[in-house]
Amino acid sequence: MNQPVESTSQSFVLLRLGERRFAVAAVQISELVAPSRIFRFPHRTPKLEGVILRRGRIVPVCDVAEKLLGKALTSRRFYLIAVRHYGDKSEWVALPVTGDCELIAAEMTNAGEADAPHVAGWISHNGEVIEVLNLDALTPGAEEPPPSALTAAFVEAST
Amino acid sequence: MRVAAPPAKPHAAARTEQIILFRISGQPFAVSSASVQEVRSVDSLSGAATEVDLPTLRKVRHVVRRGDKALFVVSGAAHFGLPAAAAGLVFVLRKTRTALLVDGIDKMATMTRLQAIPLAYCHEERAWYRGLTALDQNVIPVVNPEGFLTADEFALLDASLVPESLPDELPGEGIELPE
Repeated sequence: MNQPVESTSQSFVLLRLGERRFAVAAVQISELVAPSRIFRFPHRTPKLEGVILRRGRIVPVCDVAEKLLGKALTSRRFYLIAVRHYGDKSEWVALPVTGDCELIAAEMTNAGEADAPHVAGWISHNGEVIEVLNLDALTPGAEEPPPSALTAAFVEAST
Repeated sequence: MRVAAPPAKPHAAARTEQIILFRISGQPFAVSSASVQEVRSVDSLSGAATEVDLPTLRKVRHVVRRGDKALFVVSGAAHFGLPAAAAGLVFVLRKTRTALLVDGIDKMATMTRLQAIPLAYCHEERAWYRGLTALDQNVIPVVNPEGFLTADEFALLDASLVPESLPDELPGEGIELPE
């Protein structure tokens, strides 16, 4: 167990993946939406299933269950739309979850050196110790966005 | 089939782009019509193409002469890692020595918004696509005509060519698209 080096009280969204619960800092969450049609196209980035259309934006869907649980989700109830940072840019990413989400306030213990990069810290809630996820490490994407090779004058960034 | 030229309205208020919606192994894609110089039937390639056999570059199996340059025919299915399917058409792409094998054309459309591919996509697909566009409640990847072959792959292909072995230029039967 890590020593509580720094503790701060903040809001977290608890999400369920299979039998386990995880937490994400509430400031990173945009909304929780019902599953919608996933548009798939060829690509080579692992963990990305495709994209959904949300409020006029094209949002990538990233199944993080395989990394967190060791297996892909067989059912999904919602998409948790979260903000993912790429260097100085940020975009939405949709995370499939299998159950209701809950907003709680808790104190986070920062992750230790032995924790995986996708662990931002730990919180305790109702007697359960819950991993707080670092989405920037959990979901794919280059830290420094590559220089754009786009040629169209009307290309728009997704956020 | 004759395809109308994209309207030339440099000062139009709405920025739009004419695109061709096509399929490779059943998967929908789009390409700017301005990027396609010519659409030909695959049949018109027979006799005009020379086989290429590069084990490290299986997506290119044929080359044809186009004026004084070689035009490399890329299998769209192999490039995108899709199941092999019989191609019906070949797009001769402008400003690149690439021709692309596709199943067929769905339709022409007007794209009003091209959204950058999300940053979560961080591998070869960033070179494959100019971006994504939402059209008729679908999201379609818009291919980058220069993303089918890298400079290294062109060099490899050029090195494999025996100049005398290239057959004559592609015969007629193609549909020339205005620039």
